[in-house]
Amino acid sequence: MAITTSSPPPVDPGPVTSGAIEASAGNESRAGSESPAGSESPGGSESRAGIVPSQVVPPGRRGRRLRGPRSTGLLPYLLIAPALVLELVVHIVPMILGVWISFVSLTQLTLRRWTEAPFIGFDNYRNGLNPSSAIGQDFFSSLLRTSVYTVIVVSLAWAIGMLAAVLLNRSFHGRAFFRTFFLVPFALPAFVTTIGWSFIFNQQEGALNHVLVENLGVLDSNPFWLLGDNSFVVIVVVGTWRLWPFAFLMLLAALQSVPDDVYEAAALDGATMWRQFRTITLPLIRPTNSVVILVMGLWTFNEFTVPYILFGAQPPEQALLLSNLIYSNSFVNFNFGLGAAMSVLLLLALLAASLVYVRLFLNRGEDSRA
Amino acid sequence: MRHPITAAIAVAVVLCGGLAACGSDDSQDSAEPNGEPLVYWATNMAPTIEDDEAVLTPELAKFTEQTGIEVELEVVPWDALYNRILTAVSSGEGPDVLNIGNTWSASLQATGGFVPFEGDALEVIGGDDKFVATALAASGAEGQTPTAVPLYGQSYGLFYNKQMFADAGVPEPTDGWTWEQFTDAAAALTQDTDGDGQTDQYGFAMTGASVANNSHAAFILGRQEGASLFAEDGTPQFDSDATVSAVTRWVDLMSSGVTLPGSAEYTGDAEADNDLATGKVAMVIQQSGSRNALAALGFDDYGVSQVPVLDPLPEGGQATQTMVAGINISVFADSDQQEDALQLVNFLTSTEEQVILNAAYTTLPVVTAAYEDPTFNDDVSETFATILNDHAEPMPQVPEEGQMETLVGGAVKELVAQAATGATVTEDDVRSALANANEQMQAAG
Repeated sequence: MAITTSSPPPVDPGPVTSGAIEASAGNESRAGSESPAGSESPGGSESRAGIVPSQVVPPGRRGRRLRGPRSTGLLPYLLIAPALVLELVVHIVPMILGVWISFVSLTQLTLRRWTEAPFIGFDNYRNGLNPSSAIGQDFFSSLLRTSVYTVIVVSLAWAIGMLAAVLLNRSFHGRAFFRTFFLVPFALPAFVTTIGWSFIFNQQEGALNHVLVENLGVLDSNPFWLLGDNSFVVIVVVGTWRLWPFAFLMLLAALQSVPDDVYEAAALDGATMWRQFRTITLPLIRPTNSVVILVMGLWTFNEFTVPYILFGAQPPEQALLLSNLIYSNSFVNFNFGLGAAMSVLLLLALLAASLVYVRLFLNRGEDSRA
Repeated sequence: MRHPITAAIAVAVVLCGGLAACGSDDSQDSAEPNGEPLVYWATNMAPTIEDDEAVLTPELAKFTEQTGIEVELEVVPWDALYNRILTAVSSGEGPDVLNIGNTWSASLQATGGFVPFEGDALEVIGGDDKFVATALAASGAEGQTPTAVPLYGQSYGLFYNKQMFADAGVPEPTDGWTWEQFTDAAAALTQDTDGDGQTDQYGFAMTGASVANNSHAAFILGRQEGASLFAEDGTPQFDSDATVSAVTRWVDLMSSGVTLPGSAEYTGDAEADNDLATGKVAMVIQQSGSRNALAALGFDDYGVSQVPVLDPLPEGGQATQTMVAGINISVFADSDQQEDALQLVNFLTSTEEQVILNAAYTTLPVVTAAYEDPTFNDDVSETFATILNDHAEPMPQVPEEGQMETLVGGAVKELVAQAATGATVTEDDVRSALANANEQMQAAG
């Protein structure tokens, strides 16, 4: 507040001062390069800017230069300093630390003096990526499994969320109730709901087997859901159940922004519901759709909670996702270097996938809107 | 020129505000008049953490009364404990005194994060002569100064439901039972009692999804076959013929249908204890602490006998019935109050406290003198004491022990799951699963 309410500086009759201050941080370099006048000004050095004839420099920028870029330049940095420090502490430093750990041999034996852990170059990566070793096989099979898991869960969650959003987009009695009700899986803590699921899937006492075997009689004996191949089915079901309300929420918001008259016009032309959905709804909500799928894909690929709560630190092989494998390497086998190397690989893979995705879908989405 | 300065001051004030908040926290801590209390991390021994606190709080109050040293107790759940300890080791911020699983002794010893019990430190706790020899054997690598001393002793034993044996007309287990007698009895006790065509009573239940328990089974049965998980020079050899046949024998308990299939999902002892008490299964092989759980279930019609052993023993086989199980206690090397911490260790390993605590936890005293107390004269306690003193071997005392447990136990858990879901598990399957674990162990080392 102090900035905007104080009187304008005596020297500069130019534009609003707070604007100049805002612009000065981010645009300093850009301002120079964008404007030929600025970059070609005599001397080029900033200290001489003050004596440059006023008609060469546009008024907005002149004011800033006159007051001396050094002193104004400091303020924006000071203002963003707390955010910068937090960003460094919370994001950047741990990330760099993680990358560093992936190049050292950090085990429980070297943990006490972890700063002195021996540097072993790319050994952790070689270990994790060697397809003929047990660790490499675990990594690649887990990578494949996680990709399949992501595709299935995101598709199912999107389809269910979309269906629910379309159904609830029209107004009917009790719509508010369903809108709230559908958000329950998303709103409840993951731990609580997943523990609930583990009770349901229990082989001996679980509700599912009770229904299948005793009530419906479709099966003769209780199958295992939390062991063997079925454990993958279970993480897909629980993962989808947790995720679809997010798709529902975002897609419903997008659907609300589609004007009713386009549907009315289409209906007059005799378009079926399905045709309306494909040719009106989908294209119009495309930008939202692309973001929703990207976000859900990233979340699902990084899924850790569901297998961890259902199966503990060492899930069955069929339900071992990449994050759980990394956890298991780091905190069960205490090979932090290997865990970190796998994390870095996961980060690179997700980064690459996201970049490709953004280029393919998001940019085009923005263009079509513009 | 005035705005930047005003703003800079504003920023500075905000920043200082943050710092000042932290600063005042610090000053509050250091302003504690009586100095800081000793921080003690205890393991979860009783059915619940609250039960543990109820057992330990009065004893620690006694200690404070005797020495004037305040103790702050935290009971740490098992699944969090090892991570918490390693975090403490890496940061230097942790408890002053802590309980550890005794199989971790050599691993934690190798971190260098704990006070070695020698010289003055050993003197404060009253020397190591007071401890039971087998318990002391599981306190660290051979030839190195231990950084842990025993606190509670445990061993495996064969618990059986007396009524079920009587109903089935099967003679009760006796000490010296062979593995064959055990599996025959398990088969005889696996029955369809209500005649609906479905088996509703089983001879045995395991904690099939517990990585730790499966690794114990691999070790104990492996010793009977003459296996060593690590060679003399410390190289892992999890896929030796002897270990392969031991694990096959364990998994066969599940494949052969005498074990409750659902027990392949059990992650803790409580579920199997419950099955024994409710008559769902006739036998479980559990540690002595399960007596507490059975008492809590109101079930006392059970007997305990020694763990069955192969007969005849294969070449090189040992009549091992249990690993030396139990809890050790250590002092954190970064503690500022090592002297006080050692006094607490001395107090908890005193004869009087050993009697009180081990009676409360249905574990076994680790100091010889405590066995003179009549509390430990009942049949069941004596059976466990005999197993621990005469038929126990410590798990491999190597730094890699923890990883061995997770890799071997994890492999066995998967094999048990395969057997339970109806897949045939051959000796070759066992061998390849163990070879895989072995390879991971080598790669990590």
